[in-house]
Amino acid sequence: MKAFADKLFLNIFHIQAADSPYLALWYVLMMFLVSFILLNFAALFAGIASYVERRIAARMQNRIGPNLVGPQGILQWLADGLKMFLKEDLVPQTADKFIFRLAPYFVFAGLFGAFVALPFGYGIVAADLNVGIYYILAITSLVVVGIISGGWSSNSKWALFGALRSAAQIISYEIPTGLSLMLVVMLAGSLSTQSIIESQGGWPWEWFVFHSPFTLAGFFIFFISSLAEGNRVPFDLPEAESELVSGFNTEYSGLRFLIYPMAEWANLWVVGAMVTLTYLGGWQIPGVRLETIPSSVLLFLISITIFFIKTLAVVFIVIQLRWTLPRVRVDQMTLICWTYLVPIALICLIGTMIWMLAFPWKSVFGTAIRILMSTVGGSVMIWCMLRARHNYVIDKDRFEKLKGIPAWYPPWKLP
Amino acid sequence: MKNPAKVNEAIRHLKPQAAPFEEEMSLNFGPQHPSTHGVLNFLVVTDGEVMHQALPNIGYLHRGIEKLAEMTPYSGFMPYTDRVDYLAAMFANQVFAMAVESLAEIEVPKRAEYLRVIVCELNRIASHFIATGALALDLGAVTPFVQWLREREFINDIMEALCGARLTYNYMRIGGVSVDMPGDLPDKILRFLDHFEPIIDEYNRLISNNEIFVKRLADVAVISPIDAVNFGLVGPNLRASGIGIDLRKTLGYSVYPDFDFEVPLGKGFRGALGDAYDRYMVRILEMTQSCRIIRQALEKIPGGEYRANVKKKLKVEENEVYSRVESARGEMGVYLISDGTDRPYRLKIKTGSFTAMSIVEKASQGLMVADLIALIGSLDVVAPEVDR
Repeated sequence: MKAFADKLFLNIFHIQAADSPYLALWYVLMMFLVSFILLNFAALFAGIASYVERRIAARMQNRIGPNLVGPQGILQWLADGLKMFLKEDLVPQTADKFIFRLAPYFVFAGLFGAFVALPFGYGIVAADLNVGIYYILAITSLVVVGIISGGWSSNSKWALFGALRSAAQIISYEIPTGLSLMLVVMLAGSLSTQSIIESQGGWPWEWFVFHSPFTLAGFFIFFISSLAEGNRVPFDLPEAESELVSGFNTEYSGLRFLIYPMAEWANLWVVGAMVTLTYLGGWQIPGVRLETIPSSVLLFLISITIFFIKTLAVVFIVIQLRWTLPRVRVDQMTLICWTYLVPIALICLIGTMIWMLAFPWKSVFGTAIRILMSTVGGSVMIWCMLRARHNYVIDKDRFEKLKGIPAWYPPWKLP
Repeated sequence: MKNPAKVNEAIRHLKPQAAPFEEEMSLNFGPQHPSTHGVLNFLVVTDGEVMHQALPNIGYLHRGIEKLAEMTPYSGFMPYTDRVDYLAAMFANQVFAMAVESLAEIEVPKRAEYLRVIVCELNRIASHFIATGALALDLGAVTPFVQWLREREFINDIMEALCGARLTYNYMRIGGVSVDMPGDLPDKILRFLDHFEPIIDEYNRLISNNEIFVKRLADVAVISPIDAVNFGLVGPNLRASGIGIDLRKTLGYSVYPDFDFEVPLGKGFRGALGDAYDRYMVRILEMTQSCRIIRQALEKIPGGEYRANVKKKLKVEENEVYSRVESARGEMGVYLISDGTDRPYRLKIKTGSFTAMSIVEKASQGLMVADLIALIGSLDVVAPEVDR
């Protein structure tokens, strides 16, 4: 980021940034610019993700979903957001008004701060921190502060329930998240997000997820605990609408309420990007050496596209899970964490250490096992997709036979 | 609650200002709550997530249907019975019609009885859709509920083709049914059944065998057979505890003895006998049996009249009767006293949801708050049926 700012300064003003008296001003200006871009990206993603999620949910449930605002309803999220803006900002009479007003900012800061260290493509990251991974873990933990203080200050029992559940959940699941990230950190030998991606490769057998059976288990642990930290189904206990009315945000309205769901949807990107960069090879282009990427704009764009595709695939799976699974109970939630995820993560950690010593990355056996695992993993995925398609075709035929109208429309001809 | 004074005492006892123990918290669960299936109120005493007590507090949906009956002619009361249980209106129709028929000694034509069985079983399937789907919805899985709504829509279409209404049918009449079925309806129903029977397997794949779902319901809110009888549970809730009382078999009313079907019993499918999962699974299995009954009824249905010749202004001699049917929520009974005029002297409706509410207090002790929702959902309580 700093190097980029220096280079841009040189290109515009034709003097070295370090020689200029306006150096600090320039940096502050650039900082604001980058923050502006990142914030808008996160907010746009959150908005569009809300629309896409509703459309996917509608597809899964034989409904149409939002389709009136704009072409195909694509502006629905904007209408919803505007509506929220126009609502009265209600603060309950008995609430702790200061904390009640403050809480959404914690959520906002915690979630959007994570975007600073997330990469988007080769060399495209706002700050390539040398503690990037732990920075993201640390700053997303700020969300729980917002949720707890929001729930507590509402002075409502439902909100309090949600806040306490959230405290138990997010704090427990920090541990498996951290442990499963340790595997990747060990393999890459770095905490920086970019170096972790750079130490992987473009092909599936060069990703960390297929390094060994232990990292595969670590991948699933990380994915599950990411869901739990982001309050997604099956771990959406803090805002379980059928149990706690709306959970920690029951008493919120208007823009303050908007912050919570927006942070949740922005968190989808954080989950997707974290899974992609740690285990799924990040923006690495198959068959292209790292050194050749800076020489071509096309390769830059391809690397961004690859990162986006992988992230959005993970986001898609998270959305599908949300509309498929029921919710776990609060004791089951902690049970899953402490009796399964944490011990397994520890075993994986030790297992990966031994594996790294026994079968180094470039050794013949190590490569063979990686290729084998990626082949099996790919086949399982394709089998799952074919099975889903098979079931769907049967159901579609049955529906069409009964009703005489199509059960499904192609994406370019949505109703 | 038998004793209103006890309820009042409980409400006073639950006032937050006068909490008896420091560690306990009182919680007003409903009447405005997403998963109380209508307007129900539970006064919950919890210690964090663990419930110590949940007292059902009913009466928010009392409409005085029983009193209305005393001012309405026999034939005019039929639309009101729809509103007793809006998810399974046919059963209330049938039980009222049966009560008046046995009082006035009216012979119902065979075809009408078959038509009643067909619509009742269709209605049972539709009602179990909501019961099982809403249980999944309460546990956080939205899609199964909406999938069932799609299937329910077909049943609604069939009912609409039959009697013009989709929810409150007002189909039955004293001495028969209001209209004969259109000629293409048997074909329509059979097509629906062909479509629907494989869907049950699909639904089981989607949610019934889902491990999280099973873990949420198995061994939760276990109701022992003795408790089930003592608290007067009826219908699927009773059968889930392993007691095989189904009025279609034991009483054999209407033309049910003509059909070959089984009564699914709970046997601890995934956990203890009589847990929430059993209550859920019994309903799923009952749908298959209802399909069997409908198929047989469509095969055997005789021709002839669909309504007996009954005077419009029906006067019934002084007498009393208790008639009952196996509704989707268990035994539904009507106790009817006539006094020789054209309207009932007294009418009392006994419903399954009302007795199911009584066991909430006992079954909910020591559960988690989230399990209370599973308990209410698995008991399949419909608020208007509780209060009438």
